[in-house]
Amino acid sequence: MQDLFFYIFAALTLVCGFLVIANPFSRNPVTSAMFLVLTIISMAGLFVLLHAFFLAAVQVLVYAGAVIVLFLFVIMLLDLKEEERRKIKLLGLVAGLLAVLAVLAIVLKTYLLDSHIATNLPPPTLEGGTAPLGKLLFTHFLLPFEILSVLLLVAMVGVILLSKKDLR
Amino acid sequence: MIKVGLEHYLVVSALLFSLGLLGVIARRNLLIIYMALELMLNAGNLALVAFSRYTNNANGQVLVFFIITVAAAEVAVGLALIVALYRKRKTTHVEDLTTLKL
Repeated sequence: MQDLFFYIFAALTLVCGFLVIANPFSRNPVTSAMFLVLTIISMAGLFVLLHAFFLAAVQVLVYAGAVIVLFLFVIMLLDLKEEERRKIKLLGLVAGLLAVLAVLAIVLKTYLLDSHIATNLPPPTLEGGTAPLGKLLFTHFLLPFEILSVLLLVAMVGVILLSKKDLR
Repeated sequence: MIKVGLEHYLVVSALLFSLGLLGVIARRNLLIIYMALELMLNAGNLALVAFSRYTNNANGQVLVFFIITVAAAEVAVGLALIVALYRKRKTTHVEDLTTLKL
């Protein structure tokens, strides 16, 4: 049953991910943003299958709730029409595709052939609930956690400064 | 169907990462490139969560938590930059932004 769900969510993630970057039916950025939402949500499903419940919730809240809204807001603000078709250099596309395939081959080879970690693992027992993660976050990772809050503050100030009308 | 294990999640993560990379390379719209970047970050997150689950180590999940936060901050700053750029140049097409090109 869980395996079936894995295949469903994995297929959804990959198909929607592909539709984000290359949609044959529409070149509107809003469509891409919507498919990004679907990708994020099916990935949250994968997180649930990995028993990372807290992260699944955070994923939906932060990505589908905040990041996508920001994306849509900017798309609407800029009033982007359908992207006009421009000539893509065939050589560039082929070279890019080759580069991507090479990266994919390297990663897959490392994961599947060179690693012996996956062969004799104990059965997974880790539960990524809120309580164990919170305990870890506030004891062992307290300093990075606090630094992160400073980072958010800095990003906020920077964004306000950047979006002022007369950027000097 | 074989029993789903660590490798399955890693393969999905690798495929998603290359999709994101392909988007960054092939697309010409800055916003779409940003979305593809998000895909790549998410692929990394998935690999980390899978490793964390199958090695019984919760540190990976904490790292994913940090990555999500940093990604949110990064998106905010990046989109503000895109808006500022659009105000000045009236375009989000990367081929129109070649001032730094030699």
